[in-house]
Amino acid sequence: MKNLFNILVVLTLVLLGYGFAQAMYIAPTEATMGDVQRIFYYHLPSAWVAFLLFFVNFLASTWYLIRRSNGADALALASAEVGVSFCTIVLLTGPIWARPIWGIWWTWDARLTSTLVLWLIYVSYLVLRNYATGGQVPVLAAALGIFGFVDVPIVYMAIRWFRTQHPQPVIGGGQGSGLHPAMWVAVLWNLAAFVMLAVLFVWTRYKQALAEKALEEAHAQASLDYETEDAQ
Amino acid sequence: MTSAPGIWAITRRSLVKDLRLEWRSKDAINSMLFFALLVVVIFSFGFDPTAEESRKIAGGLLWVAILFATVVALNQTWTRELRNQVLDAYRLSPAPPQALFISKTVGNFIFVSVLEVLMVPLFVVFYNLRSVGPLWQLLAVALLSTWALVVNGTFFAALSIRTRSREIMLPLILFPISIPALLAMVDATTSILTGDNSPIFWIRLLAVYDLVFTTVCLLLFEPVLNAE
Repeated sequence: MKNLFNILVVLTLVLLGYGFAQAMYIAPTEATMGDVQRIFYYHLPSAWVAFLLFFVNFLASTWYLIRRSNGADALALASAEVGVSFCTIVLLTGPIWARPIWGIWWTWDARLTSTLVLWLIYVSYLVLRNYATGGQVPVLAAALGIFGFVDVPIVYMAIRWFRTQHPQPVIGGGQGSGLHPAMWVAVLWNLAAFVMLAVLFVWTRYKQALAEKALEEAHAQASLDYETEDAQ
Repeated sequence: MTSAPGIWAITRRSLVKDLRLEWRSKDAINSMLFFALLVVVIFSFGFDPTAEESRKIAGGLLWVAILFATVVALNQTWTRELRNQVLDAYRLSPAPPQALFISKTVGNFIFVSVLEVLMVPLFVVFYNLRSVGPLWQLLAVALLSTWALVVNGTFFAALSIRTRSREIMLPLILFPISIPALLAMVDATTSILTGDNSPIFWIRLLAVYDLVFTTVCLLLFEPVLNAE
């Protein structure tokens, strides 16, 4: 296990390095946007990884409610925390790109708004985990995790309708259509690197969460033993 | 030996108990109403709208005021049951947890509906409102929206009583999940008041939201109630 982890670390670093070279030097410069466009190679992989991790959180939460396994709860916690971090990167890199290209930091466009709402939902999940006390945390968190995930398609539909009814404040800026093949290479390498990075983070946090849990139980057991000794 | 009462009988009894308690104390209704009144007054200072503007923003103001006031009522839903370990007694009893949840939700629905009935005339007077669109649609929006706020609110109130600083916790977890419902209720109300757009999409969305989350709440309430 330890070896596998170390191999993963090395592999991730190599991938991140190669992805960086691809994004910064090898991929062609975008015709109208110039070098600013290169932030896209970090923006898009972060977004996909964040969405993937929120899905993992949903699966782990459901699994926890069915089986009550500590592992599922640790995985739910780890995936939510790392997912929120990646989602934060998306929300930060977006405005950095938008400022020179659109001329504004933020617009209430459909995708931006849905991503922000998603981020809010999972931050509230983390807040609940922080504020809840005792052994009931996993159940409450799992319930909220399921609520959050069920909400995602409804959020998406509502905001899309909200924004298609009104005129767009900023025209253009659509990334989706016609990405140059060389750009796709950079996107895919960085996506691979970010998925690996996310796996590493989640793995580390998962181990840590399990260790925390074991420590808590050991403390509880120790104080119990102490009290019984006292009584005798 | 008499047979155990069914889920509806338990729901009804629990609901009648809650309504009687509220009728005698008027805790929830009074605090909600006064709170909503304050919000309306402060908003009108903050925006100082003309009649034409107010038609455009009234939907948002009305629902935000109701949302805040609803949180005040929701926070009291379960704290009442913590005194004298009523909730623990309920967990030990063989009564289905869903009955408790439905009765609490319907109770809150009634409280918030009463609040709305009292608030809407006030809004009409303070903001000089006159609807351009058909009013019966507003009724549908009001019913669906109130249920949307109350069903998740009652559930999340049951989550937040288990946390430290529980009164703060409820809006923090309720508001993010409720964003699509809020968007729908505000936009539907504004569309009806101004008569610019059709609110049908938003009414459908609210119906779907209600259906989905009522199901999720009923499925997940038991583990939450019994969480140790």
